Amino acid sequence: MSRDDQGILWEVFIQVKAGRAYKHVGSLHAYDKEMAMKSARDLFTRRNEGNGIWIVKAEDIVSSEASDGEAFFDPSNDKVYRHPTFYKIPDGVKHI
Amino acid sequence: MKDELIDYCLRLGDSSLILSHRIAEYCSKAPILEEDLAITNVGLDLLGQAENFLNYAANLKGNTNADLLTFKRREGDFRCLHLVQTPNTDFAFILARQFFMDCYHQILFKKLLNSKDETILGISKKAIKEVNYHLDRSSDWIKRLGLGTKESNERIQNAINDLWMYTDELFTDNSTDLSMEKNKIAPLSSSLKDEWSQMVVNTLKDSEIEVPEDIYYSLKYGKDGFHTEYLGYILAEMQHLPLLYPDATW
Repeated sequence: MSRDDQGILWEVFIQVKAGRAYKHVGSLHAYDKEMAMKSARDLFTRRNEGNGIWIVKAEDIVSSEASDGEAFFDPSNDKVYRHPTFYKIPDGVKHI
Repeated sequence: MKDELIDYCLRLGDSSLILSHRIAEYCSKAPILEEDLAITNVGLDLLGQAENFLNYAANLKGNTNADLLTFKRREGDFRCLHLVQTPNTDFAFILARQFFMDCYHQILFKKLLNSKDETILGISKKAIKEVNYHLDRSSDWIKRLGLGTKESNERIQNAINDLWMYTDELFTDNSTDLSMEKNKIAPLSSSLKDEWSQMVVNTLKDSEIEVPEDIYYSLKYGKDGFHTEYLGYILAEMQHLPLLYPDATW
């Protein structure tokens, strides 16, 4: 292990309340799962931000390339009928 | 009895205070950023515990407060254990010291949940949650270092060997212990030893670290107001600002 070796890169997701979606909050370095979980707790939940933590190895995330942007996303620009904007959402419904 | 209760609160408060100061000295020097934040968090927890105990001691004394006790008290009036005064020689020393103290704190605070003194009980109830996590972390690191590379094993073994002699103070009773026991405020220090030894020995064995032999190195202890050569330097640094600028505020 070299002096600069900080371990594997992990991405951290926090759930604020039970039932809510996990949101990406940042990343950290750790050598294994247990260390990643302990570090995530210290780095991202010490101000009482959440009640659940998910951690994923960054290399296990399949992500789109920035250069694919046009081909991937532009064709949906002019298709407003794909949005459910023609419905009225009752006031009581939250988190949509 | 009141004097002994004050003395006991100073022992717990000062030990957490000085340990937290040692950890603060290490801030920004840990091998990785994540570890730096984690260990500093532990230091902040300890500072909170110290403040609670010192506030209680200050209330009992009257005419003082936790800040005055911290920044305007002489070395001989401190009651911290020798172990927490030991220097940050390297990462292994920091972790070994922390592991010994975390085991001690966990066992002690659990017993203090039966204290007849409601303030001590309240502080312990809050502290035990923090301490459980501290121990989880430090025992994990003992295993990592013990079972890691040849060098990491040698370093942690070296730290355990060097710090071992400071642990006998944790389990030595003085007149304060006897008074606290008699008044059902706290257990005798000696009553914590078996559980502590078992806990520490199990972790060391699991980590392929040899258990040193017991040494009784001192007849004068921090909890009686007799300190290592290190404490004076710690206090000089900790206290110099409030002594230079007595009216300084945030």
